[in-house]
Amino acid sequence: MSTQLAMMFENFRFGFVENMIKFVKGTSMQSKIHAATKNLLLSLLAVGVFLMVWSSVASQIVTSLGNVPGPAQVWTQAVSLYDEHVEERQREQAFIERQVKRNEAKLAKNPDAKVKIRPYTGKPTYLDQIWTSIYTVITGFLIASLIAIPVGIICGLSNNIYTAINPLIQMFKPVSPLAWLPIVTMIVSAVYISDDPLFSKSYLNSAITVTLCCLWPTIINTTVGVSSIDSDLVNVSRVLRLGWMTKVFKIVLPSSIPMMFAGLRVSLGIGWMVLIAAEMLAQNPGLGKFVWDEFQNGSSNSLARIMVAVFTIGLIGFLLDWMMLQLQRRVSWDKGATVR
Amino acid sequence: MKEEHLLLSKVTIDFPTANGPFRALDDVNLEIKEGEFVSLIGHSGCGKSTVLNIVAGLHQATTGGVVLDGKEVNEPGPERAVVFQNHSLLPWLSAYENVELAVKQVFGSQKSKSEIDDWICHNLKLVHMEHAMDKLPSEISGGMKQRVGIARALAMEPKVLLMDEPFGALDALTRAHMQDSLMEIQNDLHNTVIMITHDVDEAVLLSDRIVMMTNGPAATIGEILDIDLERPRERLSLADDSQYNHYRAEVLRFLHDRHAKVAA
Repeated sequence: MSTQLAMMFENFRFGFVENMIKFVKGTSMQSKIHAATKNLLLSLLAVGVFLMVWSSVASQIVTSLGNVPGPAQVWTQAVSLYDEHVEERQREQAFIERQVKRNEAKLAKNPDAKVKIRPYTGKPTYLDQIWTSIYTVITGFLIASLIAIPVGIICGLSNNIYTAINPLIQMFKPVSPLAWLPIVTMIVSAVYISDDPLFSKSYLNSAITVTLCCLWPTIINTTVGVSSIDSDLVNVSRVLRLGWMTKVFKIVLPSSIPMMFAGLRVSLGIGWMVLIAAEMLAQNPGLGKFVWDEFQNGSSNSLARIMVAVFTIGLIGFLLDWMMLQLQRRVSWDKGATVR
Repeated sequence: MKEEHLLLSKVTIDFPTANGPFRALDDVNLEIKEGEFVSLIGHSGCGKSTVLNIVAGLHQATTGGVVLDGKEVNEPGPERAVVFQNHSLLPWLSAYENVELAVKQVFGSQKSKSEIDDWICHNLKLVHMEHAMDKLPSEISGGMKQRVGIARALAMEPKVLLMDEPFGALDALTRAHMQDSLMEIQNDLHNTVIMITHDVDEAVLLSDRIVMMTNGPAATIGEILDIDLERPRERLSLADDSQYNHYRAEVLRFLHDRHAKVAA
């Protein structure tokens, strides 16, 4: 009797433990979903509050261009900007088809006739402007990184070189991009003379201006990353008598990658802000020019369209940083990096 | 055993400071035989690590010097491999790759690819880490990291193995495990070892001789204690051994009576 009882108790207990385990396992999955839902709700709540405050404040401010647009007007303009883009593309397609037909007809009549192929000269759409800005900032950023990373490594390795060029870095670092812009423009138009230019001058101006501002955070962070390498790791390389090249490529560079990426991400963020300002000032194609054109245009839709641009700029800036973060996760051994 | 394998002769070192040179070590003389396990013990700040770094070649003695097999030590090198206190593995390389870096550097020109691979695996097996060869240092425990650090040092086939408080950062149980592993390895390989430690039991259990250092500044060797216990040693049976406890008491007396650290 007592053994039976004990067995029953044992069964009961075992079942209980098993159920507990199932329960705990279940909750861990559930709690993950729960946490994700909570985060999503919190974000949505903040967006909701923001939209409410925006629409209530916007409707009370009247400018010379009418009311400050609320979320609804901005959304309408976003849709209409996209529609304009689609329309423009259709027009371009139609133009090309017409041209092809005309040329074919000409050639059918006279096989030796000279056919002209004219490019379509419609004005760039909003999506064209976005694309221009993106590849301009990436060009400027890549050029800057190609210069800044080696310079940073050299500065980090050699205290003498760092001491020598540190004053230059410190002096040029705080210079506003807009101060560079006129100089860059003048130099590009003086030096870059070509009958068949591969790049437009405005593209070069914007990209070089971005480069000049992207250099500094990367140089400084790379320098710090390289020079602050753990002294124990240096000792390891000394005990192993690693050659200079092996030491740099196997120990110094990998250990400075997290700092390097911190610099690159700051650089790209600055570059993106700088580019918009440069495009506004220099009337170089891109989102900045779009904003400026709309401002000058001064229609009742202008403010809403500028707002669309503001959100676009923010979103692209965020995406660029996110892309850098993904790259960092792929390249770096330090998996702790997050979006901040 | 060959006499005069490693010789420290009148080693003195001054570090420059703002208030003039600071004499960390003064006239350290020590002879170590091949295959001998020597512990350096003393209060923190007494210059134990400095002695080790001078033997490693990471520091240069101001006067005096170190002679290994008749050659003066002037720079670091793999024949005096160091096991650092906080493992010092490269965090972006797996356990295997960390050992590989050392093996390729030391034997890259002498061994074929498969021999190198065998040698890396052999050394990781020696420290019982063959199951985690492809793990990154961040994925393994502190004790396991230190095992890989020891494998890396052993893989260099050093003439002298230098260990700077190798188990200082580990918890007591892991430390005991590591000490047993180290004794096991030492039984097979008979390396010449200099180990720094704070731990009296560790010193008595592992060493052939314990070098006790006086407090700095101008620290030097206070006493040398020969540990004449039979090997292989077994920690449990030694716990009640009167000879073992006598040695323990000797070291404790030196540290806490004759050279008590003045409360900082």
